[in-house]
Amino acid sequence: MASPISAGSSGTRKIAIMIAGRIGLAFVTLFLVSLIVFAISDLLPGDAAQEALGQSATPAQVAALRHEMGLDRPAHVRFGGWITGLAGGDAGTSLVANMPVGEIISQRLPNSLLLAAFTALVSVPLALSIGIASAMNRGGRLDRALNIATLSMVALPEFLVATLAVLIFSVHLRWLPSISMVPEDAGWGEMFQSFAMPVGALTVVVVAQMARMTRAAVVDQLDRPYVEMALLKGLSRRAIIVSHVLPNAVGPIVNAMALSMSYLLGGAIIVETIFNYPGLASLMVNAVTSRDMPLLQACAMIFCSVYLLLMLIADVVAILANPRLRTA
Amino acid sequence: MTPAHVTVAGLTIEAQTDDGSTLVIVDDVSFSIEKGQVLALIGESGSGKTTIALSLLGHVRPGARIVGGSVRLGDQEITALDMAQLRSLRGNRIAYVAQSAAAAFNPSRTVMDQVIEPALAHRIMQRPAAQAKAVALFGALGLPNPGKIGERYPHQLSGGQLQRLMAAMALITGPELIIFDEPTTALDVTTQIGVLQAFRSAVRDLGTTAVYVSHDLAVVAQMADHIVVLNKGRIREAGTTDQILHAPRDDYTRTLMAAARPVPTTGPAESDTARPLLQVDGLTAGYGKVDARGVPAIPVLHDLSFSLQRGEILGVIGESGSGKSTLARAIAGLLPPARGAVRLDGRTLPPGLAGRCRDQFRQIQIVFQNADVALNPAHSVGEILRRPLAFYHGLRGTAADARVAELLDRTRLPGTLADRRCTDLSGGQKQRVNLARALAAGPDLILCDEVTSALDTVVGAAILDLLAELRQELGIAMMFISHDISTVRAICDDVMVLYAGHAVDQGPRSAYAAPPSHPYTDMLIASVPEMRTDWLPDGAGALALPPIGGIDDSAALCSFLPRCPSRITGRCDRAFPPHRQLLSGNAILCHLEEHELRGSRQHAEAR
Repeated sequence: MASPISAGSSGTRKIAIMIAGRIGLAFVTLFLVSLIVFAISDLLPGDAAQEALGQSATPAQVAALRHEMGLDRPAHVRFGGWITGLAGGDAGTSLVANMPVGEIISQRLPNSLLLAAFTALVSVPLALSIGIASAMNRGGRLDRALNIATLSMVALPEFLVATLAVLIFSVHLRWLPSISMVPEDAGWGEMFQSFAMPVGALTVVVVAQMARMTRAAVVDQLDRPYVEMALLKGLSRRAIIVSHVLPNAVGPIVNAMALSMSYLLGGAIIVETIFNYPGLASLMVNAVTSRDMPLLQACAMIFCSVYLLLMLIADVVAILANPRLRTA
Repeated sequence: MTPAHVTVAGLTIEAQTDDGSTLVIVDDVSFSIEKGQVLALIGESGSGKTTIALSLLGHVRPGARIVGGSVRLGDQEITALDMAQLRSLRGNRIAYVAQSAAAAFNPSRTVMDQVIEPALAHRIMQRPAAQAKAVALFGALGLPNPGKIGERYPHQLSGGQLQRLMAAMALITGPELIIFDEPTTALDVTTQIGVLQAFRSAVRDLGTTAVYVSHDLAVVAQMADHIVVLNKGRIREAGTTDQILHAPRDDYTRTLMAAARPVPTTGPAESDTARPLLQVDGLTAGYGKVDARGVPAIPVLHDLSFSLQRGEILGVIGESGSGKSTLARAIAGLLPPARGAVRLDGRTLPPGLAGRCRDQFRQIQIVFQNADVALNPAHSVGEILRRPLAFYHGLRGTAADARVAELLDRTRLPGTLADRRCTDLSGGQKQRVNLARALAAGPDLILCDEVTSALDTVVGAAILDLLAELRQELGIAMMFISHDISTVRAICDDVMVLYAGHAVDQGPRSAYAAPPSHPYTDMLIASVPEMRTDWLPDGAGALALPPIGGIDDSAALCSFLPRCPSRITGRCDRAFPPHRQLLSGNAILCHLEEHELRGSRQHAEAR
């Protein structure tokens, strides 16, 4: 395949302007999301002071702690303080752990990113192969088999997959540890052992949708006259798929992948819980239970930013792959 | 006697229909082609011509299969080859030129990449050698800027250029057989003529054997040595081009030829009402923001004025992008004009849909080009027709049923069709339903937007007869939009020629019968292929135009200047052309005096 990224300088400038515009819009979105996150967390019954002191606390004690934590200020003041702090890179202090939120997150975020990256590494090539294989055998036996397989993967709840995996590989076969705790100085073998099951469970969740979108995008292109033309030029099926179909199908495929990938960060909560994996999603759930609003809000903002970033990447890839958008 | 280069014997191809039954789409077809000869396969849609052409490449479309017969290239039996052997043949010894180059080029790769792909895939040439050969072919095929054009993407090129590039792609490996599958059907006539010239000279120079698939006998007459006439998968007649053109033996061939030459119909006696039904004054329309002078950001129509009497047909002709459909949309109110007025029966119509009343909607009806998408596939024919009856006339129940039956009868459709879905109908029947729906409103004016363009010649000719009958018997006026000047000249009373949104030539039909007319009209008329073998002039199709000084601001000049064969330095490149009334009755937009124009059609024909 010839490099599609040979746009003239005007094309490059157009993309730069587009990306700048999208980043600006992303900040507006983030601001709106921060408003919603703040409003919703304010609606949660109870607050950190009540949770910290427990059932036996007197109203006077709760009020005192509330004042100390700054929870008795009006909502707009608290929002203003939080958002200006966030803009300056300070996400506030955890009400429960009494540590800077940034510090807590910096311990957990790499874990989540690592899990997401490993899952992407496994699921994206797998989904591409499944999707392309079933598109090329459209209506054939392989297509139907893969269709049933991906459908059952979607239908299986991830807690079931994860629990079954623990039952089989940890309890019966004793091949893998049931808890994923990666030691600081882990070797490749240990890394593989502790990641195999969480990555496997997450792959089952995300691969089906990506594979089905890939199949749809490729099938859509296979009916185009230029594919018949390529066939009549004497190209092999492999060459037709790689050099003709994929450059045109990449836009929708990358979009589906970005959507699935964004799930890997926040949606991994069940898998994180079952394998006791110290990721961001379980941190956020803990923040909800303990009414640790600064932490909760920071987690929500991170998930939202990652989602927006992935969508931006998907759109840029789609534009780069399409000369009509690139040079028009 | 040397054996023929290509031999097809007893070829039979079956296709699976949607309900599971099999249908014979090519039935016992046999023909042969000598080396270096061009054979044409001609017929209407469903005749099996493309299926036969593809079988020469060993390819059948999904759902179809070759059940009998043989296809031989030289001494090789193509139907017996496996995939790998076919692959080494395709794009190498046999090349294919597809119907719509715009769709057959991959939109996300450069043209050069795709043109040299067969040579690289078959390891015939290295990339630099292939690129050099491609550039040479671009030049030979009359493409502008051969050295650079390959760097472009398909969407940056015109239909005619893409069709030539596709021929270059076919020729790059020096094939012994080329299949041309309706290569000029999607092009404007003025573009088609150059592309045909380029194809013919390329095939002749290289002595390539070729198969030319078309529905147009006049086009085929220019290209082929032999013609095979097909109908419903069977050969009706085969012979040399001269014999088929001058002494056709088969009835079907004669029907095809008759349909290609529409017989002029006459309108009702001149009505002398002072007030025209439709009067358009200074209509300017387009897309985008309208500036202070009433000119839109992307102007499509410029200052059009014309009128139409009851029962008259106005033909609007021009190539794609000339603004024909935009004119219909502006009159119907779908696109509010930026400037100018549309008067119906003396009353000025509100510009957009919002201001018009139900009766004004009823008076003007549009019939769209593509009945496939204009009719709701979920509704039966009866439901489609009952809707306007209820909306405009409040007809329901048995009264509506009776009117539906009447409308079907009027459009020559069987009454039993009322309960059928329109997806079950043929192309011609769908277009009749489309027309019946417009009639259901009881309109005074029907805007027909390329209503016969998507139809086969014979079916289209029947629709034209129906239109003529409707205006004769019901006195309905029509605006007939088309890109085909011979159709327009056959059924219209007045003709308006649009070029880039300007009415460059307008007048009664009689004025177009002989010169002088606007140079663009001459070019249009001279571009319509005639049914004789010596019509197409030689050459690669790139014509030399009179030199003209630097064209600075083309917006204020004649829009046809860049293509005009009669342009004059010092006059045409100075100012916008004036309106000129010719003695024959037409008004043109041109700098040239009447006596200067007189010779221009001969000039165009001599090209």
